[in-house]
Amino acid sequence: MNLKQGIADISRALAKGEYSSVELTRAYLAQIEAQNAALNAYITVTPERALAQAEAADARRAKGETAPLLGVPLAHKDIFCTRGVRTSCASRMLDNFIAPYDATVVEKLDQAGMVTLGKTNMDEFAMGSSNESSWYGPVRNPWNHDMVPGGSSGGSAAAVAASLCPAATATDTGGSIRQPAAFCGLTGIKPTYGRISRWGMIAYASSLDQAGVLTRSAEDAALLLQAMAGFDPKDSTSADLPVPDYVAALAQPLKGLRIGLPKEHFATGLDAEVEQQIRAALAVFESLGATLVEVSLPNSHLSISAYYVIAPAEASANLSRYDGVRYGYRCDKPQDLEDLYKRSRSEGFGAEVKRRIMVGTYALSAGYYDAYYIKAQKVRRLVKEDFTRAFEQVDVIMGPTTPSTAFPLGSKSKDPVTMYLEDIYTIAVNLAGLPGMSIPAGFVKGLPVGLQIVGRDFDEARLLNVAHQFQLATDWHTRTPGTQA
Amino acid sequence: MAWETVIGLEVHVQLSTKSKLFSGSSTRFGAEPNTQANIYDLALPGTLPVLNAEAVRMAVRFGLAIGAEIGKKSVFDRKNYFYPDLPKGYQTSQLSFPTVGKGSLTITLDDGTTKTIGVTRAHIEEDAGKSLHEEFPDATGIDLNRAGTPLLEIVSEPEIRSAKEAVAYLKKLHSLITYLGISDGDMSQGSMRCDANVSVRKVGDPNFGTRTEIKNINSFRFVEKAILVEAQRQIDLIEDGGKVIQETRLYDADKNETRSMRTKEVANDYRYFPEPDLLPVIIDDAFIEEVRSTLPELPDVKAQRFQSQYGLSAYDANVLAAERATADYFEEVVKGSGDAKLSANWVMVDLQAVLNKNELTIEQSPVSAAALAGLIRRIKDNTISSKIAKTVFEAMVAGEGDADAIIEAKGLKQVTDVGAIEKIIDTVLANNPAQVEQYRAGQEKVFTFFVGQVMKESKGKANPAQVNEILKSKLAGN
Repeated sequence: MNLKQGIADISRALAKGEYSSVELTRAYLAQIEAQNAALNAYITVTPERALAQAEAADARRAKGETAPLLGVPLAHKDIFCTRGVRTSCASRMLDNFIAPYDATVVEKLDQAGMVTLGKTNMDEFAMGSSNESSWYGPVRNPWNHDMVPGGSSGGSAAAVAASLCPAATATDTGGSIRQPAAFCGLTGIKPTYGRISRWGMIAYASSLDQAGVLTRSAEDAALLLQAMAGFDPKDSTSADLPVPDYVAALAQPLKGLRIGLPKEHFATGLDAEVEQQIRAALAVFESLGATLVEVSLPNSHLSISAYYVIAPAEASANLSRYDGVRYGYRCDKPQDLEDLYKRSRSEGFGAEVKRRIMVGTYALSAGYYDAYYIKAQKVRRLVKEDFTRAFEQVDVIMGPTTPSTAFPLGSKSKDPVTMYLEDIYTIAVNLAGLPGMSIPAGFVKGLPVGLQIVGRDFDEARLLNVAHQFQLATDWHTRTPGTQA
Repeated sequence: MAWETVIGLEVHVQLSTKSKLFSGSSTRFGAEPNTQANIYDLALPGTLPVLNAEAVRMAVRFGLAIGAEIGKKSVFDRKNYFYPDLPKGYQTSQLSFPTVGKGSLTITLDDGTTKTIGVTRAHIEEDAGKSLHEEFPDATGIDLNRAGTPLLEIVSEPEIRSAKEAVAYLKKLHSLITYLGISDGDMSQGSMRCDANVSVRKVGDPNFGTRTEIKNINSFRFVEKAILVEAQRQIDLIEDGGKVIQETRLYDADKNETRSMRTKEVANDYRYFPEPDLLPVIIDDAFIEEVRSTLPELPDVKAQRFQSQYGLSAYDANVLAAERATADYFEEVVKGSGDAKLSANWVMVDLQAVLNKNELTIEQSPVSAAALAGLIRRIKDNTISSKIAKTVFEAMVAGEGDADAIIEAKGLKQVTDVGAIEKIIDTVLANNPAQVEQYRAGQEKVFTFFVGQVMKESKGKANPAQVNEILKSKLAGN
């Protein structure tokens, strides 16, 4: 049994009866048991639940069911509510929180017959780019344990990269799927805002948060997205649009594809060796019949500033519910209401979360609202317009996912602004609400490099198709830690 | 120089939707604490709001009824503050783009004059839960049943100039919302709550004085008293050389005074921003016209019709049209009795007295509209006199049956037989020769004595008109 397989391969093997879901689940659980301590990729492992789901899946298959995801294991980022299982968001605040309901994403994948192995580590409340802000400790990069796996979905990325699961759900508010995908050599997709329901996904910045997946290949991502996407009456911001057949779209040849290269993403700050890998990947696309066109995103340099007003502003309100009154962390022996609020929140939240709550509160406060929040919203519109103009000339936009490869643990955690700059290429995509992907595109000094692909609104099928065609022509995505020389 | 009071009212009306503004929980009043709070109402992580379309429809109904502009695009905002009965740590409300814009209400004062009061806006928002301080020593109980109940906050222009006008405005609002069926308007259950902004100035002064806000006044009577006492407090303060401070005050009905609330409230910065979990509400003309087509006949129009159709006075028409239930009752009585003026009198005077005495609403009336119409028919066809009718009505209120049954059982049928009346009159005249002499000598006042005697002899059943006629004729010596 090959635990380094992805979803699509497992699906085929289960269909052929090469092994049962229970056997496969046991194997993954054993792998987690053996390796999780070193990586800290999982916060909670749910063996009993996993085996019960696997047994049910095997029983359904025995009755003749053939759904593609039936009996396939995965892990959920600990930001998705899972009924009866601790859902902590990697925060002390929710360390004791057992969700009484399932997120729509969890419910849909359960219904598809998938097996949940556990809940993965992350930056606290998805705030971070290195997975160092977790209450449960940092996650290590399976390619090099001294390096960060990226964040905030670092646990999901490390778990897939180390074969502690074949795929994992994740979320992306400013790059939290694409950056860990790049750092861990995985395929990661953040769909268009509204493509996947946010019901049951713990909010960080509501207008930017979007669920997606970390997988071994674009084909795997297509299979999962097929089950996850679609309108949800429980999420008013989810898009009421039909979901195309992502798997069927994979096969389309790339001849005539116009690829836009934002000149701002190939400028100062980009590591030369990373750029070399990206240019080589772009040459592959040319060989597949695509043409490269330089485009400009003139306002993209404003994205980080705008993001760090809008996201903290929304977060400051979203995290107000954690007050020690109804659930979650409550300080010991509160003297009065104010003491209850103050101590529960200052003891329950970590430093980065508190920093963003304070920044957001400040940005929304009387006298500053226009200068910060309104201004940031204007920048957001300009950023979106940049993309709209670019997409008049090209079908997809490509560039590096990150300026450099994974950095050492602790190297940026003392300096928030340097850390925020990690998301320089990814954040504008969230502000614009567009779908974005990162796929493996080579290595620099033994660490993976990610190529970012950005598409038009709701054009996930095209992104997956482009990524899949690249993966048919290359083998970067098949490399796993230990096998890469 | 005389003082003038300037009042603006903010009225919170609980919309009578079945479920909450953003969740499927029931809005029923009086359930066990926290039995009507689901995971959204508890603000569990990951939950999201879904707007109750019925609440928007109700707000639009109200907007159309006051001739207001309807916001084609209304936006919900988060109003941020910490309080234990506010589970999310923010209230979802509408700040810059309310569903209902500028409109107006016409009020009728006691002297019959009317005045138009501008309505600045009406916005949709969710209610908070309740904090229960008394039942728990050293702790506070939280009941979230009410949290998320839809409210329409109706804000008036500062165009109200007296406590009486304020009450008339509130009564008009109450009339409208119950007519529209968007709220039960029950102030005792908090379905209608009033905050009053009060300031005073010298008559003729173009500038407003510093205002205070009196929070959560829960009856029409208290609104009047609170405004009166607060205005007087401000006048006394200024006349003594003091200054009014802008603050929130509470009205204490027991002591009939207002007093300052914690000034901390004033320092709150609510940090409003658009609610990112909800899309803007887009309302198109087709929707507005569809809602308009379902509006009932509103009180002003109905009062006009009562005047023209039934020949009622403006006063009677306004009183009867003010509440939908009363108007419906009245029209049913008219339909059954065929006499609008008698119906109006019976509903406004006799029935109203019974309802007031027993603290009943007209829906709880012990006498149905059909039964009252039956009684009026018997007055009209001379079966009973108006006076006997009061006796019959009392028996009806006591539950002794319908008018016909009571008249029959008690033998109250009016005597209209000329021979029988003549016989009684003859007896009365025979028994009172002295009075007959006086009358014939020109003392016509004695006539009423004879009438009284005849009625007494007939136990009130003789037809008064016939008694008058025959008596006059006999006394004239015919």
